[in-house]
Amino acid sequence: MIPPEMAITLALGLPILGALLIAMSRGVPNLRETFTLLTAVATFGFVASLYPAVINGAQPTLDLWQVLPGVKLSFRVEPLGMVYALVATLLWIPNSLYSIGYMRGNNEKHQTRFYVCFPLAIASAVGIAFAENLFTMFVFYETLTLSTFPLVTHKGNTDAVKSGRIYLGILLTTSVCFQLLALLWIVALQHTGGVSGLDFASGGIFREGLAAGAVTPAVFGLLFFLYIYGIGKAALMPVHRWLPAAMVAPTPVSAFLHAVAVVKAGVFCVIKVTVYVFGVETLREYGQGGWLLYAAGATILIASLIAMFQDNLKKRLAYSTISQLSYVVLGVALLTPISIMAATFHIVAHAFGKITLFFAAGSIYTAAHKTQISQLDGIGRRMPWTMGAFTIGTLSMIGVPPVVGFVSKWFLINGVIESGSLPGGHFDEVFALVVILFSTLLNAGYFLPIVYRAFFRTLSDEDLKHPHGEAPWAIVTALTFTATLTLFFFFWNQPAATLAELVRRAVG
Amino acid sequence: MIPDQLQHQIPALIVLTPLVLGLITALIGRRGLGWWIAMLASLLVFAGSIQLLIDVMHSGTYTVSYLMGNWPVPYGIEYRIDPLNGGVLCTVALISAAVTLFARRSVASEVSRDRLHFFYAVWLFCQTGLLGITITGDAFNLYVLLEISSLATYTLVAMGKGRDRRALTAAINYLVLGTIGASFILLGIGFLYMVTGTLNMMDMAERLDAIYITWGTAEPQYQKTVLTGFAFLFVGVSLKLALFPLHTWLPNAYTYAPAAVSALLAATATKVGAYISIRFIYTIVGTDAAFRGAIPTHVFIMVSAGMAILLGSYLAIKQDNVKKILAYSSIAQIGYIALGFALDNKNGLTAAVIHIFNHALTKGGMFMALGVVAYRLGNTRLQDLRGLGRKLPVSMGAFTAGGLGLIGVPLTAGFVSKWYLVTGAIEAGRYEMAAIVLVGSLLAVVYVWRVVETIYFGKRDEGAPNVQEAPITMLVPMLLLIGASIYFGVDANTTSWIAEAAAETLLGVQP
Repeated sequence: MIPPEMAITLALGLPILGALLIAMSRGVPNLRETFTLLTAVATFGFVASLYPAVINGAQPTLDLWQVLPGVKLSFRVEPLGMVYALVATLLWIPNSLYSIGYMRGNNEKHQTRFYVCFPLAIASAVGIAFAENLFTMFVFYETLTLSTFPLVTHKGNTDAVKSGRIYLGILLTTSVCFQLLALLWIVALQHTGGVSGLDFASGGIFREGLAAGAVTPAVFGLLFFLYIYGIGKAALMPVHRWLPAAMVAPTPVSAFLHAVAVVKAGVFCVIKVTVYVFGVETLREYGQGGWLLYAAGATILIASLIAMFQDNLKKRLAYSTISQLSYVVLGVALLTPISIMAATFHIVAHAFGKITLFFAAGSIYTAAHKTQISQLDGIGRRMPWTMGAFTIGTLSMIGVPPVVGFVSKWFLINGVIESGSLPGGHFDEVFALVVILFSTLLNAGYFLPIVYRAFFRTLSDEDLKHPHGEAPWAIVTALTFTATLTLFFFFWNQPAATLAELVRRAVG
Repeated sequence: MIPDQLQHQIPALIVLTPLVLGLITALIGRRGLGWWIAMLASLLVFAGSIQLLIDVMHSGTYTVSYLMGNWPVPYGIEYRIDPLNGGVLCTVALISAAVTLFARRSVASEVSRDRLHFFYAVWLFCQTGLLGITITGDAFNLYVLLEISSLATYTLVAMGKGRDRRALTAAINYLVLGTIGASFILLGIGFLYMVTGTLNMMDMAERLDAIYITWGTAEPQYQKTVLTGFAFLFVGVSLKLALFPLHTWLPNAYTYAPAAVSALLAATATKVGAYISIRFIYTIVGTDAAFRGAIPTHVFIMVSAGMAILLGSYLAIKQDNVKKILAYSSIAQIGYIALGFALDNKNGLTAAVIHIFNHALTKGGMFMALGVVAYRLGNTRLQDLRGLGRKLPVSMGAFTAGGLGLIGVPLTAGFVSKWYLVTGAIEAGRYEMAAIVLVGSLLAVVYVWRVVETIYFGKRDEGAPNVQEAPITMLVPMLLLIGASIYFGVDANTTSWIAEAAAETLLGVQP
């Protein structure tokens, strides 16, 4: 076995090394893409090698160095971080394959820059996943924003630059004005005994400070608010605008970063700070954070309604992502062990389904050069693999068995039932249930028509003049793989379920 | 290593080396030799400063005292170095050495050839003044050296006339305001001399303490005189420091000066001004009189600093000349430093001291990157930077990295400053100032990103002249400073050790 410390180092360092190799092999596309694939596989391998230790209850650590007195860049692998790291590095493999097909199929420019930025984003994602303290998390949160900026603005035209501004503007504003403020406030509290430290700790870091009166419940609640909205990547309304804007990026970026790595970094951080900084019990005890349920519920419903009216396929998927992310936040807001478990599990479930949907959207764009839903009549006959995978993805979003989306919804409803004594009493539970059920209807309402169009309508005359087949094999392989995962995970989701169960125990 | 005899003389040598070599440069009058002498002087001074700072940090009392001509305190001039001015000294020396290396090609392209030796003589006098102000422990000596550095600075700014004649009006403007500031400082020192009868800073501080004891009683001694003196001093120094709203000389002076001069001034001159403020407020007059006396100066400073941060950044967004963007950004950054020392707690002071160094690295490097643009294109208008990212990848990459530092992205030096500053503001209960600092970072995103977008997404005009990366003597010092600004963001243990020691000695915490 690889020593855990080395595995963490390599999981973080390998993508950076890969980026260097990719940059150096700029003239030789085949070599460059080989490096991308090798880095992806190896990085996943090192992350996965930590899995046995983690499910046996170990939490391997790695201290890099002290940046400031008392402030370290350090890592600790715990179950929740493991879930996110596994999902991100696993899906990077099919995405790399997909990128190759997509970037070549569409003759995109500046491909080397594209392939260099990707592993840097992965390294940041792994850094967020394994961060041991709030400082480390913040550092990698920001590097993730910056390393993905060149990917979002890849096309370099006016549209891309404008969207890039929204992307950077919202993500930096929220992280600097809210997250950093809260972080430094906690640093200041540390000196007066308000918190026990910057390190993530089971049960949170505020318990003693609150009990001793070194920090008031109002400040505690305010800090929670600042953190939730400081994590703009979770796309909780009204700080969600960056996500539709980011759709200007090439599809592999939307598929991987804006359905998996970046947005999941957001909801992951929300779960992480709720469980390990503020503490589920502490939040309940002091009656703080009840508003989050309503913010999440509203986001789920409003985003679903907006999705209904989007004709651009990627935009519709983006709003669907916003609404699905808030399922995770809703799970957090219910503040029960099982709902936190549901939230954790949904990170995985949604990732598999959503990456498949984006892969399909990019596949359609590559093969048929279509971006609008209204153009998709009868396309299922020409692109059966793509649209088959798309259908599986939509079923997962709606949460129908036998697709993995059902499992997380199941846990979530269990969480609602178990929550019982929420600060707001029964009204909270009823609201949560209504949101879940009604949003399921809305999901079906904006996804099934696409499937219907693709398979049950006939091709238009215009389309008949422009024959096309499936997308390149690299794309088809990638999306078949993720669609299979989405199906397969319904029956065999043991790794995720085991880790989520460990997270549940850490909460309760 | 260095012989003991010589090591004891380092404080004097640091000031005398550039002074004497500057005179020699002017007297020899050989055009080619000027730069070599300046480079030699800067390197010697830099080595000496580092040695001195090491001595201070390992001295146990955090102080090294040097008596000029062995005259005992308080009769002679004392050079007194603690972590605060030791740190500022190293900042000035490091920047001077780096910018001198950079200046060789840059200045040759902007200043007429028959004045080159003259330029380097004045260049060395400017350094003499800045280093002297920092190191001296004598209030009047400080004034004299301030005048030396100021006169040299006006001259250096005016040398930019070869490229743009507006340098002359900028220099005159700077001269008038700078002279008013210097006169105020002299008046202030005079008032304090009147009541204490001494010019040695430490002696003055002790005698003022004796006076303050009477302030709570029925017959307060010299209360008005001391406060008037402090008021003069404070306003005078704020002019030198370019603290809002006394900043008006700065944008044009930085914009129209030769590139190397902009880099030197932005990174050192205002920083030395900040040092004088901190020294007078904390060591000499004391915070009891300065902040908690009849005049709540710290509130004035905070208001000024807040305005500087918000308006400076806002005006930076509005500029079309990139040098001016950086100049207005400097006004905002001075606001951060001033806010740090107005907070009157350890984290705030640490932030002020560490930001003096961190911002000097970042801004010095960025002005050098613009120096490269000026060297290749002849000017620094925003529209001329379109698409330069492909033509000057190293310089524009350095500019972008420096810009991230101005914003305060994690793992850059600017983030470390912000870390201490916001923590200090929260600890002082000044939540509104914490918010202003963070909003300031966002405004920095806007003005930095405006340039970055132009550099990387802009299209070069058809038929625009082909440009190449700058010569190596310009790239090396630029990369050195920008590299250091990242290094000290990734590992800030040394800088925060020194800055925290400086804050502790200023606040009277025993080491």
